[in-house]
Amino acid sequence: MMVTALYITIAMVTLAALLNVYRLIKGPDAPDRVLALDTLYINAIALIILLGITLGTRMYLEAALLIAVMGFVGTVAMAKYLKRGSVIE
Amino acid sequence: MNPFAEYAICLLLLIGGAFTLIGAIGLARLPDFFTRLHGPTKATTVGVGAIVISSVIYFSTLGQGIGIEEILITAFLFMTAPISANFLAKAAMHLKVKTTENTRGYPWDQ
Repeated sequence: MMVTALYITIAMVTLAALLNVYRLIKGPDAPDRVLALDTLYINAIALIILLGITLGTRMYLEAALLIAVMGFVGTVAMAKYLKRGSVIE
Repeated sequence: MNPFAEYAICLLLLIGGAFTLIGAIGLARLPDFFTRLHGPTKATTVGVGAIVISSVIYFSTLGQGIGIEEILITAFLFMTAPISANFLAKAAMHLKVKTTENTRGYPWDQ
């Protein structure tokens, strides 16, 4: 039963990532694309955690933690660049 | 494995996947940037939170203990999602992105 739920969840998160890629390509303005990238790294974290559950190992959680930290820094840098014209002033 | 733990893991996994999918559908289908900001910033944090809690339950029933990484991921995502949403909304207000006709008022006019 758990394997079935795991596969259904992996399919849902993959479909969510595909919808985010659609918004990333189509998005009419720059903040839409930054928002799509932000959602995409959160979905990547979810996929990595699901991969760890599937393989039964805890090794990939550190990669998920690194993606969480670096993704937030990237989102804030892009939003700051869009708002002020430079990242660090 | 304990059947109650298995039921809890299945329920949390399906809740997390459903919230993630709903957030992505909201991101793909809503008409406006300021409405589009609602979907992912709420739903995906709840989705990733439920998936992380199911991972905690699974590895603790396997006898591998409760690690610090899951708690750190959850805390970090719950802290940073409103901050990045606020920054993106301010950037969109600065760029004066196009809104639909049903949106009343312009936030950058005040």
